[in-house]
Amino acid sequence: MKMILFLSDIIVPLFIFYIVLYGFFAKLDIFSVFLEGVKKGFQTVVEIAPTLIALLVSVGILRASGLMEFICQILKPVGTVLKIPVPIIPVIFIRLFSSSAATSVVLDIFKQYGTDSEIGLIASILMSCTETVFYTMSVYFMTVNIKKTRFTLSGALLATFAGVIASIVFVGILL
Amino acid sequence: MIEYIWFFMVAGGIVFSAFSGNIDQITVCTVDSAKEAINLCIMMLGVLGMWSGIMEIAVQSGLIEEISKKIKPVLEFIFPNLPSDHKAWEYIVGNMTANIMGLGMGATAFGIQAMKELDKTNPQKGVATDEMCVFLIINISSLQLVPVNMIAYRMQYGSVNPTQIIAPAFLATSISTIVAILYCMIRQRKRRKI
Repeated sequence: MKMILFLSDIIVPLFIFYIVLYGFFAKLDIFSVFLEGVKKGFQTVVEIAPTLIALLVSVGILRASGLMEFICQILKPVGTVLKIPVPIIPVIFIRLFSSSAATSVVLDIFKQYGTDSEIGLIASILMSCTETVFYTMSVYFMTVNIKKTRFTLSGALLATFAGVIASIVFVGILL
Repeated sequence: MIEYIWFFMVAGGIVFSAFSGNIDQITVCTVDSAKEAINLCIMMLGVLGMWSGIMEIAVQSGLIEEISKKIKPVLEFIFPNLPSDHKAWEYIVGNMTANIMGLGMGATAFGIQAMKELDKTNPQKGVATDEMCVFLIINISSLQLVPVNMIAYRMQYGSVNPTQIIAPAFLATSISTIVAILYCMIRQRKRRKI
């Protein structure tokens, strides 16, 4: 376990080191190129800032109004039919909209059921194999001003759902 | 699509809050959320800025081109209609590589550039191309191999075996990505028939 954590610690410095080294030996003026890249990054942030405000405000309203909680309640019978453990349902739904909100629900689950319980494990694995659909789609599509997203949403939901099922099944096998 | 979801969240949320007695919270929360968004942007100016800088070195030095030559054969069946010499390839490869290694912001830096390059050859501006849909679906299926954040949380909350989830998470994320790829292949084949 220490090995894995060590490896993930050194990935960033290794990555940066390799790229800088490669660029240096490719006779690149790496300093100027780096600055060029940073400016592009700034541009990107400025471009996605409005989208971020739109997203966070809408998710905030959804949560503060209690509508998110309400929808989770409605989804509970659906989840039970599909054999999804009840506490997991809010995690799945919220995960589509906000990573931080989903994380706080998961931490609550840790507190209530324990990290190594069936529920705790499903929640952990679920968070690891999914992404925030709404956020990712909005940010990426808004940078190129695209409103018609065609089959992206269905594909994204399908992939997410597959991840959820896989998480539940694997924890069942594990325990 | 996005505008409908957004409308539902904002308008629906406000109406619901009137009935649930939470309407007084809306003002505070909208302002707080907006502030949070800008704080996030300030953080991103630094982090995304730095990663974009590193990425630019990787691209201009030809490193990404080299790596993409090797990975392209694998990716070509996911993006069958993308011309071999399309500028977006480098950024797609960079994005997926960074994602696999767990470098979230680095992946975003590449990913946004990839979208921009893909849009340059977009015949219908404002409408997503097949490649864009596929690219996003695969990104959302999550390519990250080692769930470092979840392991950290599990340690923090007293797990006896925090890394227990690595193998199942790896399998689960592989399955979601495989499902994503299969779906994309089916959707793209349908269009080519037409």
